[in-house]
Amino acid sequence: MANTERTPGVVAGRLAAEALAENFGDLNTPFDGHEALVAADRCYFCYDAPCITACPTSIDIPLFIRQIQAGQPESAAKTIFDQNILGGMCARVCPTETLCEEACVREAAEGKPVEIGRLQRFATDAVMAAGVHPYDRAPETGKKVAIVGAGPAGLSCAHRLAMNGHKVVMFEARSKPGGLNEYGIATYKTVDDFAQAEVDWLLQIGGIEMVYDHKLGAGDLTLDALTEKYDAVFLAVGLSGVNALRAEGEDHAHVRDAVDFISELRQAANKSTVPVGRDVVVIGGGMTAVDAAVQSKLLGAEHVTMVYRRPWDRMSASEHELHLATSKGVRIITGAAPTRLTGGEVVTGIEFAYTEDGPNGLAQTGETFTLKADQVLKAIGQHLDGAPGVLDLDGGKIAVTGPGRTSQTGIWAGGDCATGGDDLTVTAVAEGRDAADDIHATLMG
Amino acid sequence: MADLTSDFIGIKSPNPFWLASAPPTDKEYNVRRAFEAGWGGVVWKTLGEAGPPIVNVNGPRYGVVYGADRRVLGINNIELITDRPLEVNLEEITRVKKDFPDRAMIVSIMVPCEEQAWKDILPRVEDTGCDGIELNFGCPHGMSERGMGSAVGQVPEYIQMVAEWCKTHTSLPVIVKLTPNITDIRYPARAAKVGGADAVSLINTVSSITSVNLDTMSPEPSIDGKGSHGGFCGPAVKPIALNMVAEIARDPETAGLPISGIGGVTTWRDAAEFLALGASNVQVCTAAMVYGFGIIKELTAGLSAWMDEKGYASVAEVSGRAVPNVTDWQYLNLNYVTKARIDQDACIKCGRCYAACEDTSHQAISMSPERVFEVIDAECVACNLCVDVCPVEGCITMEELAPGAVNERTGQPVSSDYGNWTTHPNNPATRAAE
Repeated sequence: MANTERTPGVVAGRLAAEALAENFGDLNTPFDGHEALVAADRCYFCYDAPCITACPTSIDIPLFIRQIQAGQPESAAKTIFDQNILGGMCARVCPTETLCEEACVREAAEGKPVEIGRLQRFATDAVMAAGVHPYDRAPETGKKVAIVGAGPAGLSCAHRLAMNGHKVVMFEARSKPGGLNEYGIATYKTVDDFAQAEVDWLLQIGGIEMVYDHKLGAGDLTLDALTEKYDAVFLAVGLSGVNALRAEGEDHAHVRDAVDFISELRQAANKSTVPVGRDVVVIGGGMTAVDAAVQSKLLGAEHVTMVYRRPWDRMSASEHELHLATSKGVRIITGAAPTRLTGGEVVTGIEFAYTEDGPNGLAQTGETFTLKADQVLKAIGQHLDGAPGVLDLDGGKIAVTGPGRTSQTGIWAGGDCATGGDDLTVTAVAEGRDAADDIHATLMG
Repeated sequence: MADLTSDFIGIKSPNPFWLASAPPTDKEYNVRRAFEAGWGGVVWKTLGEAGPPIVNVNGPRYGVVYGADRRVLGINNIELITDRPLEVNLEEITRVKKDFPDRAMIVSIMVPCEEQAWKDILPRVEDTGCDGIELNFGCPHGMSERGMGSAVGQVPEYIQMVAEWCKTHTSLPVIVKLTPNITDIRYPARAAKVGGADAVSLINTVSSITSVNLDTMSPEPSIDGKGSHGGFCGPAVKPIALNMVAEIARDPETAGLPISGIGGVTTWRDAAEFLALGASNVQVCTAAMVYGFGIIKELTAGLSAWMDEKGYASVAEVSGRAVPNVTDWQYLNLNYVTKARIDQDACIKCGRCYAACEDTSHQAISMSPERVFEVIDAECVACNLCVDVCPVEGCITMEELAPGAVNERTGQPVSSDYGNWTTHPNNPATRAAE
């Protein structure tokens, strides 16, 4: 007897293979050629366009859209990649509704911005599909740079450095490159193994050596060793620590980190092998919480509830993401903090206290309620784990100034592990790129 | 309800919308469908002389210019006059006219520039019971190389001569269709009038190459790797047509000569504009070819609703309304001073006005770091480019400076007097006269 949405406990295979394939297919249908032309024609080619300002990587958006209009998506893609070498992934995962598309003057005019994200995907997909890498590497400079972490910041930095003729060695703790692009983003946003395809395409620049399963601080991979052997070091190690709930009973079985759940799901070739509860509760109000909640529902959980301790408007997930969650049947409760997880060997419920903003910050009102839960996913943020002691920290992250300069000469940092930015793929790409330019300028004197 | 019935040189039709001589009017089948849809009249696709039928190319006949979303802005064609036997056309015209006596049936004709050719065909056309004839002196391709079409229309003396032959050999009303492929449209119109023509219709198509295939280096439409100039029509040519209609309407030598307006009529508004500039009715082709005959419902309902709104009782009342306001540049009032005004509440901050003015015009719009765009009156010449490029209708307008107000650009107060170039102190002719 196959499992269904109503099968108790945390089990795999709640939905038929066809339903899973449909659920985890591409969330956004790509434009076809004509749709892209119609969408592109809506761009006003604004002077000093607000969308460019809103883009963390400052892509010349009106220019690339005009290039699509003029029938050259490949040229459009080059305009995008010049600023953002991971423009393909960003076209899929950027919260465009709070960045470029929010700034689009047509949003102000009619509440319907130019569909910049989808147009960017149209352009970048054209180049990716053709397998063309539109950059040539400069002659070897003889300089060597170590990059730790093959996520968006590291990859962006590596490409720019390699393009400028430097030799790059990338150390990655996991067995695959991509970082959160590979392990931390909902499956339906990046189908067909796009993250790996994009890295393969990026590495066509040459001059980048990949070293997997090497974590900074483990074995002989130390910051000292790197600074000794390389002309510069770029740290882009991300945030590997997951914040604790600080609620009683966190050690019941089936209480896990949402990032692990998302990662397991992404890596599962067959989604019917991934177990999920019947009554899933996700704690948190960010993109990770939404990705975990929505995917739990798509795996066949009967009830999925996302609970955030502050009011609705404080959630870091965008309205667009929250709308996606509710449209998939996720219930969202705000203003409630977890106090106690109940159960025996496995979790069976979770108690929440309502909260309100008081003079001393968020306070519990004393009123409580309990949700039935056979699986609890924690998505209340990550923190930097194992930062090298020689580096100054700020707010738990590696302190950087300007283009990613740390407190130590010769060491740069970027992406989620460093201060600044919004912990978005696109900001990580910008930081990696800018650090690369600064490293290049420094090395070439 | 406004009365849409039309009386064009004695030819009655239930509305002023005729289908122009073109593919939609080449056959009984099409014309019946047009009349059933509600068209007021047709100009049957041009007949040639008896004998072996015309031969068309067997590859593509049309090229196109698109706007956004493949909206057709203009079409060019290299199709010739009817390629069906004269006898067949005449029989069909007879049948259709008999079944639709209230509709205008005009027959377009193009035969060699010899009196006998016209003398031969005119009685046969008259026998169909049609209401009038239109002389095709406009077709710019294929036939003109054989001394017909625009080859005639470009020589006023020929126009006069053929018009005279027609008036001699038929009692039917004669409309001369004019080509725009000429320097001054007034000369062929005058020739038509002198030749006795009852009316002119214009414009025929504009000589054109719509595009080049950059892979094969062939103009489009491509026939076995080669292209030939065609005739351009559709919305893109409307401004050219409006000007030519107005030129004839206000030319003292042709004043009162009835005009059938042609060129890019797509909606009722286009038709109203042709009427206002002196046309008595309009002919439509491209819009029907793009959207089908069903557009006649919008054309008639739209024109009728607008006429009701404005209190015009008949089409004739609309005809020529704007002609007195068409003048020569030297008579425009140079003391009429306007300045651009930007409605900040309506502004969406795209900055197109700024780019246009700063890059290509008079540096008369300022931009603040907060993207507030404001007009600098001391620089604004009121060119209207900002209004034209602004994507928000009504956001930028031109405001007239009241007499006495100081024009900051010149430092001079605005005069309440009308003053034009003919009396302007900078005009050398004015000085010479002193």
